[in-house]
Amino acid sequence: MKAAPFDYVRVSSLDELGELAAAYGDDAQVIAGGQSLVPAMAMRMARPKLLLDLCDLPGLADIRLTPDGLEIGAMVRYFELAGSPLVATHAPLVSTAVPLIAHEAIRSRGTLGGNLAHADPASEMPAVMLALGAVITVAGSTGARRIPAAEFFIGTYETALRAGEIITAITLPVALAGRRVAIDEVVRRSGDYAAVGAAFAIDLEGETVTGARLAFFAVCDRAVLAHKAAAALCGQRLGEIDPAPVLAALAQEIAPVADLHNRAETKRHLMKVLAGRLLQRLLSGEKSTHG
Amino acid sequence: MDSLFPVTLTLNGVIATHEVSQRTTLADFLRQTVGLTATHVGCEHGVCGACTVFVDGRIARACLMFAIQAEGRDIRTLEGFAGDRRMEVLQRHFHERNALQCGFCTSGMLATAHQLLEGSPDPSREEVRESLSGNFCRCTGYHAIVDATLDAAAELNAATVAPEAEPAC
Ligand SMILES: Cc1cc2nc3c(=O)[nH]c(=O)nc-3n(C[C@H](O)[C@H](O)[C@H](O)COP(=O)(O)OP(=O)(O)OC[C@H]3O[C@@H](n4cnc5c(N)ncnc54)[C@H](O)[C@@H]3O)c2cc1C
Ligand code: FES
Ligand code: FES
Repeated sequence: MKAAPFDYVRVSSLDELGELAAAYGDDAQVIAGGQSLVPAMAMRMARPKLLLDLCDLPGLADIRLTPDGLEIGAMVRYFELAGSPLVATHAPLVSTAVPLIAHEAIRSRGTLGGNLAHADPASEMPAVMLALGAVITVAGSTGARRIPAAEFFIGTYETALRAGEIITAITLPVALAGRRVAIDEVVRRSGDYAAVGAAFAIDLEGETVTGARLAFFAVCDRAVLAHKAAAALCGQRLGEIDPAPVLAALAQEIAPVADLHNRAETKRHLMKVLAGRLLQRLLSGEKSTHG
Repeated sequence: MDSLFPVTLTLNGVIATHEVSQRTTLADFLRQTVGLTATHVGCEHGVCGACTVFVDGRIARACLMFAIQAEGRDIRTLEGFAGDRRMEVLQRHFHERNALQCGFCTSGMLATAHQLLEGSPDPSREEVRESLSGNFCRCTGYHAIVDATLDAAAELNAATVAPEAEPAC
């Protein structure tokens, strides 16, 4: 359980990062919080010859409000997300999602950028990004690109990042007045990766649902949006919500796949239960918004 | 033999420079290079919590950090809490409640409980259970550990409430 030998550099600029990444190719890997990479190295599932530590790279650890929305630097750690008043005000779904991730000691180190780059299909944050319509900014030697979350997650541990690129920031459109959000998951033990999870953002105008983004995680090889289920919800009225067509559409469009711990049938059942529970919580007519 | 590199960090309040190989974890560095053995090593992949230490004032897994990453950081281990009132009260209640048998998990439990009580001085039983859920105990069971943490919180709170004014005779 000891990592294979490697060299270590704290990079101080994107140019330096680009040069080293180009020189080492696939043998170079960036390290952020290390909470996924270090275990992988300990088990020798990852054997980078060069670790590029992003901790000193300027500008990656800020949370600020911009005209495009709330911008969160890739190196912002989970505990900072949880404690940020800006995040609580403008992206409350993120604040409520953080306590579902691992444990306090891991949340002290793990970063949002590292989480999204890792792209674990059972992770909460990719689904939160889908539900909120996040845009992920990546940068490399050929410049920066802005990638919508819906195009970023490609498969298990697979993203739209190209060789030598890193995530630099995540931009979240600020919460609209009539928005209700919620996240929940089924887990064996508190802090575990989810058996099935869901993150919803639902927009209301008056009493009518005018928009919905229903994201699911730990159901297949990546976090996914249920578009048809969302369409079945739009137009429904608060307090009179009929979950049946929503859940029927969901069952049609997402066919969960088994993982190490749960059969596909189990996941299909849990997905439906969880979706029903979140709809009830969000749309039963009470005025509460975030939870 | 791996080559060695200098790392300068604040360790239990003292700035120190040591030589480490780049792949040495912070946990192995603390135990083997420096000889601070309160930090235990169980799973070596972040799951058991035995290696929990404080990095820049917050609990973290010492097995999920390389010592070289601690350059310029403030690292505090259980040894660094000698004389810390909150920690001493926690330790005493762990002792009184028999919250340890082999003691393997204990320093991680204490570190985690210390951070919990710092942010949440009067936690519910549920909060204590949630906060300790990332630390595995393989022999004592968790009841006594949760009890001891709650007892410590109660004592610390009693101590911080101003004593009632002596009635004027
Ligand atoms: C016991 C335990 C329980 C956990 N439970 C959960 C859980 O319930 N839910 C959950 O979501 N996660 C969980 N995690 C994982 C944790 O959330 C990690 O912090 C996260 O997956 C990775 O973030 P990091 O900053 O630690 O990244 P690292 O481990 O440093 O890196 C992860 C990967 O991303 C790459 N990378 C890092 N930053 C960037 C960047 N800015 N740009 C491009 N690539 C980058 C690295 O090269 C590496 O491949 C758990 C971890 C542990 C140890
Ligand atoms: S040894 Fe670090 S968490 Fe188990
Ligand atoms: S006291 Fe033995 S593992 Fe907890």
